[in-house]
Amino acid sequence: MKISGAEILMECLLEQDATVVFGYPGGTILNVYDALVKYKGRIHHYLTAHEQGAAHAADGYARSTGKVGVAFSTSGPGATNLTTGVATAYMDSSPVVFISCNVAENLIGKDSFQEVDSTGVMLPITKCNFQVTDVNKLADTVRRAFAIARSGRPGPVFIDILKNVTAETAEYEYIPRKKHKEAGALKTLFDRNMVDFNIPQVDEEDIDTLVRMIGESEKPMLICGGGVVRARADAEFNRFADLIDAPTAITVMGGGGISGTNPHVTGMIGMHGSQASNIACNECDLLIAVGCRFSDRVALDPETFAQQAKIVHIDIDRSEINKNVQTDHHIVGDAKEVLQKLNDRLKQQDHTEWKKFVFSHPTETVYEDGGDTLNPKQVCSTIAKLVDHDTIVATDVGQHQMWSIQHFHFDYPGQLITSGGFGTMGFGLGAAIGAKVGNPDKTVILTTGDGSFRMNCNELATVQAYGIPIIIFIFNNGTLGMVRQWQNLIYKKNFSETTLDRAPDFVKLAEAYGLQGRRVNNQKDLGEAIEEAKASGKGYIIDCVLDMDEMVRPMVGGGSHITDFMKI
Amino acid sequence: MDKMNGATRQTLAMLVDNEPGVLSQIARLFSRKGYNIEAFAAGPTENPGVTRITIDVMADEPHTELLCNQLRKLYPVHSVKWLNTENSIYRELMLVKVSAESSEKRNDIIQLANIFRAQIIDVSLETLTLGITGDAEKMSGLVNIMKEFGILEIARTGVVAIERGKATINDLSKESGEFNYGKNVL
Repeated sequence: MKISGAEILMECLLEQDATVVFGYPGGTILNVYDALVKYKGRIHHYLTAHEQGAAHAADGYARSTGKVGVAFSTSGPGATNLTTGVATAYMDSSPVVFISCNVAENLIGKDSFQEVDSTGVMLPITKCNFQVTDVNKLADTVRRAFAIARSGRPGPVFIDILKNVTAETAEYEYIPRKKHKEAGALKTLFDRNMVDFNIPQVDEEDIDTLVRMIGESEKPMLICGGGVVRARADAEFNRFADLIDAPTAITVMGGGGISGTNPHVTGMIGMHGSQASNIACNECDLLIAVGCRFSDRVALDPETFAQQAKIVHIDIDRSEINKNVQTDHHIVGDAKEVLQKLNDRLKQQDHTEWKKFVFSHPTETVYEDGGDTLNPKQVCSTIAKLVDHDTIVATDVGQHQMWSIQHFHFDYPGQLITSGGFGTMGFGLGAAIGAKVGNPDKTVILTTGDGSFRMNCNELATVQAYGIPIIIFIFNNGTLGMVRQWQNLIYKKNFSETTLDRAPDFVKLAEAYGLQGRRVNNQKDLGEAIEEAKASGKGYIIDCVLDMDEMVRPMVGGGSHITDFMKI
Repeated sequence: MDKMNGATRQTLAMLVDNEPGVLSQIARLFSRKGYNIEAFAAGPTENPGVTRITIDVMADEPHTELLCNQLRKLYPVHSVKWLNTENSIYRELMLVKVSAESSEKRNDIIQLANIFRAQIIDVSLETLTLGITGDAEKMSGLVNIMKEFGILEIARTGVVAIERGKATINDLSKESGEFNYGKNVL
């Protein structure tokens, strides 16, 4: 039977079990929104306040559920508004399919109203992108896009559909997802060479070499990166750390890859890494990094990073090997599979002495008791005490993000939703919405700063409209805290344009959006507010007042030696 | 690691989908990673859907390997081979238009062209146009000599290269095998 391009798109989403879409309509995507009405109840569309919010929500949905997120936008400004969200997903390897419509074929290339070369704009921030100009190729393209988004190292894929394609009709035949590789463009991709067709097994010799290296090591150390989270390999990683009996540091993206309460965890590593992590990294003789890309926030100075150690890199993306740090050995493969193979061959090791040395250094920063005022650690521990153990924590970007990652203990992949690679301020609220939609049974909280929150607080309208009960904690210090911290330490206290002594009153803002809020100055009020927020069953803003000179501790300057802690 | 420190001319050959936008995607990758393309040649292959591209780039060896790895990650790219100078044959076609107003000059140019095994492919009363194929050294040799007569215009195709012996761009290595792991779709 012939159906319209817009309906083919809906059917293809259903094939992928992509029943949740975040988006914003507009001129060129009208046919798709027209078809949405027909698919009501099967495809749930969430109308956000801005395309950027939709992009972050689809990303948050993907990160928290492990499924592919979907976002819709119209052409021109709709597509360019998505871009920050697309780049955020790209840097953190989050599988999202972004679908936008462009002007009709007869208007393409004429600088028509709301026309932009969207595939050109998306080129450097997607795994792959497509423009669909023929309705007969639409289904095939959507199937290919989803497969690419979730395959290998996941990431965003962008599809640009011309408006006339969404109106034209074509034959559509339902094909179950498992059979997609048997036809069309995916078949070509599989057939292209022999190896693609038979997915190569992890090299057994590489595994043996690593097992031998582990046996020879006296001071081994592990880094748990975002790849462990994407591969949902937490059980395997926990076992791996236990078997090697090695101190394990976590990157920003690796939160939840190993249980936060695992006794081997030394906390975060890198610029705001704990003393235990950074010192262990400098002293170890074998460093095994799983699913991490040694970014400049981890391997601050690549030349001296883990200088006494043999570095082993386990990653699914071959192009990450030797990119930032020279390695001594590598294994290319899916973290879950590689760790399983390693665990099968490893014998229980014992490194009590080495661990004793590492854990003689602090794994978490100690703050002076604030008394009647709040300090960052108190905020985090009060929250952790009063919310469910498996609460999903979304963050924005800045000091509150580092405090959240330092002081909450994440237990499973998808529990921490944060923009680690791109560092997108304004990411949090959208992402929290996506996470809650994907996990209706779990509590979702957002930790944010007054600077980050102001960027995209328009999504409070989405929170209110769909009754999405997110508890929002604003770490309100009246400044762009992280930038102020750098100005304080590196720019001789020249606080240029970072003080945020301005509107709005966040409690009144919550009320304006039909939500509740409360401003708190101490632990007791914070506790009461959390109980109130839980009882309200709606979105709730808790505006936590913090000192503007509070800093994220410890800190190592960019490009410095990893144990070169600043005196703060 | 300074990218241009110890950089030499490297030749990369690749097979890519013959589709709109693929060339710009590949060219963007070089600029995004901070490299300038020194020479670029693209043309059809025995398979109508596949284009072969040869790119010359200034880079040191570790960075060339990284570039190959990044290229292999692009979906339209089927295979990439970093060609070894000793095991590969390089050819380029150059057309040079030289000013030659007198018969004496014309005779000199024709004699020199013969030594280089260049062909005279066009002639007018004021100019001679030579065509030459060869590697980069031969090209620059001819250019240097023809400068004496006055070069009016040069058109070069950019280098194409192929490996000696039975080795081909489709040969599998451990590295390309590791790549396909990441490309596992579904």
